[in-house]
Amino acid sequence: MSTPLFEARNISKYYGNYCALNDVSIVVEQGAIFGLLGPNGAGKTSLIRIINQITIPDSGSLYFKGEPMNLSHVQRIGYLPEERGLYKKMEVGEQCLYLARLRGLEKNEAKRRLRIWFEKFEMQSWWNKKVEELSKGMAQKVQFVVTVLHEPELLIFDEPFSGFDPVNAAIIRNEILDLSKKGSTIIFSTHRMETVEELCDSIALINKSKKILDGKVRDIQNQFRNNTYEMVFRGNMLSFTTALWTGFELIDKQADGEICKVQLKLLGNNTINNLLNTVMPVCEIVSFKEILPSMNDIFIQNVKEPV
Amino acid sequence: MGKISLIIQREYLTRVRKRSFIIMTILGPLLMAGVAIVPVWLASANESVRSIVVLDETGMMDYQLQSNPTIQFSYSHVSLEDAKRNLEKSDNYALVYIPKAQDDNLIVTQRSIKLYSTNQVSLNVKIYIENQLEKQLERSMLKANGVDKDLVSSIEKTVKVSIQNVDLNQKDAKDKSNDVEVSTALGAFAGILIYFFIFLFGSQVMRGVIEEKSNRIVELIISSVKPFQLMMGKIIGIALVGLTQFLLWVILTASIYTVFLNTVVKEKFSADKIEMLMKKSPDGTAVEDIDQLIENQMVIERINQINWVLIIPCFIFYFLGGYLLYGAMFAAVGGAVDNDADTQQFVLPITIPLIFSFVMAQTVLNDPTGVMARWLSIIPLTSPIVMMVRLPFQVPVWELALSMFMLVLGFIFTTWIAGKIYRTGILMYGKRVTWREMARWLRY
Repeated sequence: MSTPLFEARNISKYYGNYCALNDVSIVVEQGAIFGLLGPNGAGKTSLIRIINQITIPDSGSLYFKGEPMNLSHVQRIGYLPEERGLYKKMEVGEQCLYLARLRGLEKNEAKRRLRIWFEKFEMQSWWNKKVEELSKGMAQKVQFVVTVLHEPELLIFDEPFSGFDPVNAAIIRNEILDLSKKGSTIIFSTHRMETVEELCDSIALINKSKKILDGKVRDIQNQFRNNTYEMVFRGNMLSFTTALWTGFELIDKQADGEICKVQLKLLGNNTINNLLNTVMPVCEIVSFKEILPSMNDIFIQNVKEPV
Repeated sequence: MGKISLIIQREYLTRVRKRSFIIMTILGPLLMAGVAIVPVWLASANESVRSIVVLDETGMMDYQLQSNPTIQFSYSHVSLEDAKRNLEKSDNYALVYIPKAQDDNLIVTQRSIKLYSTNQVSLNVKIYIENQLEKQLERSMLKANGVDKDLVSSIEKTVKVSIQNVDLNQKDAKDKSNDVEVSTALGAFAGILIYFFIFLFGSQVMRGVIEEKSNRIVELIISSVKPFQLMMGKIIGIALVGLTQFLLWVILTASIYTVFLNTVVKEKFSADKIEMLMKKSPDGTAVEDIDQLIENQMVIERINQINWVLIIPCFIFYFLGGYLLYGAMFAAVGGAVDNDADTQQFVLPITIPLIFSFVMAQTVLNDPTGVMARWLSIIPLTSPIVMMVRLPFQVPVWELALSMFMLVLGFIFTTWIAGKIYRTGILMYGKRVTWREMARWLRY
């Protein structure tokens, strides 16, 4: 296995007596899209700030491509904070240049890249405008450009879609996928579980300052599978349900003329083959698949559990 | 470091390019000059000629009172009733009535003099009339006792003592007179200026920090630089703005002053002119004018004699030191609160020493080498103002050195404390902060 791009080992952070992070470890593979999940106040932002070296953990260590992390790595990270803003009175172009140079880009190079991005997002005319003249969505585009401009190897987005209208959210989503395809590694934190399923390769779920779950999205879904299947068949619903007898639980059923759709759970030691053998005599099976729990369900289930 | 200089650049340029900065830089010296000149100008421009009618039953004052450009005396010899009636009908400003007392008793007379007028008489006019009457009465009484008034007044004019204080500790004490009036004015002025500079630019630091925090750009920036770098960049950038403003003021004021000296003053107060005036008035009527001229010229000489080479660098040092000391605290407050409205409870306590030293400036001026002045000029919280107030009065070198050293220690200490509060505060949103909470941040 190759060296992970980023690794945090046993991170703890206290604010006075309050524990913000308790022994949290995460591993982000090269080129992956990594979701950092958790309810409000769980410690996501604390962890993200530590990754960005804004705050220093009380214990634990960080590694960037296997090297212990130091300040020089900041230039290889792009960060779009959840609480984000710009200087209102400053002109857009000047401000982008300033922020890009703070990230270590040389002035002319920053200018060149900015021109490309401004063209891409069709915002060339904003260059000499003051930020206060822009709408919220426009300002967020500017922030996005600033985040990715120095072509960082690791991108960190904290709630990237909040505040974007659906059109702009889609643009940003595609840009994120594009950056990922080009090889950037991405960490993003969000509450929107459907985007997690859609975008993320792996996740870590943090609740009450502790990591309670992590791994590949598929593995996690498998881990939480509960033997639930969906079957579509042609036949009589009544004879189907009678045939099930005791080994299976019928969770949901729908009938649309000849075509019926049911959700089943296997009980005891019953296997899929047992199920198929049981129902095959009474109906004609159209499709059969396992229902994996949604990330949303997994999230709610895990966060609700008393720790 | 590259990044901190980027921050300094931004802080500096955004402020220096502001219209308000340019306007203040130009208006500053003009405003200061205006504060000094306008009241005088208003007072003189406003007065029209006022004629005062004198009705003197004693005959003592008749044709003896001296008019001036704005107050003209005329003399009437009708009855009091007629004179009052005439006053109402005419444009005359007032009527002075000097009744004749029994036995020509002057003591009784001077108590029963009355001033009639149709409107309230201005204080200036009343004082002038009283003054003139007193002079005339004095003359009459001297004459009654056989003393020649002209002799007395010529003696009075010849005798004029002006003490020059020479400090023996100064090597070149011979030609440098150290005089209290100019030193006092200079000390007070420098103290006031440093007070306003610290307040003005210190609160600019605070507002800058609040701006960054409230529009949420701060998190973006401190992911690129350390919070301490951001804070110092801001403080230094604004310090440079303050210095730029100060130096521009010095240059502007100095050039206005030089132009003023070379044109107006030189022509008016040149030695030739004084000599000419002397010749013109052998009888001595213009002596007062000449006195005035000489006085003015001495003031100018004294201004030129002030040790500007010491005062200006010290001003810059104490401005920077005091500003860094308080600016760091202002930055900490800005970092801790969410908006301008919440700053009050923190700003007042941190500025109390500053206000205190401003209030104490008067005491220090009265006794620049006293215990109070000495201590306050060494304690870093008060030294920027108090030392500037003391400086024109010759401060021993060791005291100055100690004070400067303490100030440097002081601002390193406050910057260190402020850095800790700042770096925690800027990441806390929507939380009302208390003193106790801030103290806890020091340990994070």
